[in-house]
Amino acid sequence: MKNVFSENMKMADLVCHNSKLLSVLSRFEINLGFGDHSIEEVCKMYNVDTQFFLLICNVYCDEDFTPHYEDLKCVNIDSMIKYLHISHNYYLHERLPHIEEHFNRIIEACPSKYAIPLKRFFDEYKNEVATHFEYEETVVFPYLKALENKTSDILGYNIGEFKGTHSSIIEDNLNDLLNILVKYLPADVFPKERIEISMDIIELSADIVSHAMIEDRILIPFVEHLELNNDESR
Amino acid sequence: MKADNKIIIVEPSYLLSSGLAHCFDDSQNLTVTVQLDSVERLHEKLNINNPDILIINPLLLLYSDVVSLRQIIHDFPDLICMALVSSYVERNVLKQYKDVIELNDGKQKVISKIYALLNDSCSNAAQTESIELSNRETDVLVAIAKGLTNKEISEQLFISVHTVITHRKNIIKKTGIKSVSGLTVYALLNNLIDESEVNK
Repeated sequence: MKNVFSENMKMADLVCHNSKLLSVLSRFEINLGFGDHSIEEVCKMYNVDTQFFLLICNVYCDEDFTPHYEDLKCVNIDSMIKYLHISHNYYLHERLPHIEEHFNRIIEACPSKYAIPLKRFFDEYKNEVATHFEYEETVVFPYLKALENKTSDILGYNIGEFKGTHSSIIEDNLNDLLNILVKYLPADVFPKERIEISMDIIELSADIVSHAMIEDRILIPFVEHLELNNDESR
Repeated sequence: MKADNKIIIVEPSYLLSSGLAHCFDDSQNLTVTVQLDSVERLHEKLNINNPDILIINPLLLLYSDVVSLRQIIHDFPDLICMALVSSYVERNVLKQYKDVIELNDGKQKVISKIYALLNDSCSNAAQTESIELSNRETDVLVAIAKGLTNKEISEQLFISVHTVITHRKNIIKKTGIKSVSGLTVYALLNNLIDESEVNK
């Protein structure tokens, strides 16, 4: 197994060389300012499981990295849910409103016949994201908790239902938005702001792809193993 | 498809590697130019030989710190990468390859898999040239923007639902936009429909 990052690396080196991991730090509620402390030391300070942290970082940064079951043993349902929950909040309550604010300014500058469908497009997109996350929060997460506690209300659901359905719509529509901004809006509408917002969208897209990868390569295989064990012990 | 397509095989087992190479012995347009047993000099060989197809044991790339599949795809975008699988490999890993050759694939099957990929890559190259929507595609796009379903579109334009779906796929490929609301915006921006026609 190729482990890109190890616990003895300096935390500062890790995030400086992989700037996309800055957003991962905030999801573990780790603040900057860790001096020369190693990853392991910083994780201890913030009460974060080092192996779980490294697992997330590795999946996040390396699209070829597929953890084996051995690597998933450090996963704990509560910290997994917490991580995903904070990620959802970040997309929904920070990134999207930020993009929306810029986008609204662009829309206002457009002729009104474009403005209404553009606005509708963005609103629909926002609703789709919210619905998807809500499904995870209200269906998938409670199921995971029940699975962990082996309570009876887990019957009738299976992580397979979640598999494959998630996130592709979110990525597709973000891509549509990018295409509209880059290719199709008239060139003279807010040129500077459009470049800014396009960069934001590309960044958000990449982040959501990594987020989906964490669900595909950590969450789903982990839960599948739990389901298997539960079936056997029943 | 080109008259001569060069293949490079990377597989540590001599038996597998030469057995696979043997499949192409009497094939006119497929030639094995290089056989390697490790990935150490793979990148260099790809540079020098410029092959069309790479057939590789995926485990070699998975555990190598010299070179990764991602890097190969990045550096040689036209190269067709296929996995030669002789033991269990995770599905996620195999997904990154264009196709998979398995131990029990017969000679004809191996060759037909390669031909399919070669034909694919030719037609892709040809298709990207035309980016303008055809008249019929524009008709379908306008109907989509108005909120019609595939069935309604097929009745209105007197074409089969299957044809509507084909048009939709081409529209998505050409515009880069997948969602209905996104296509509506596209149609408006290009003055293909009027605001009042959009289904509220």
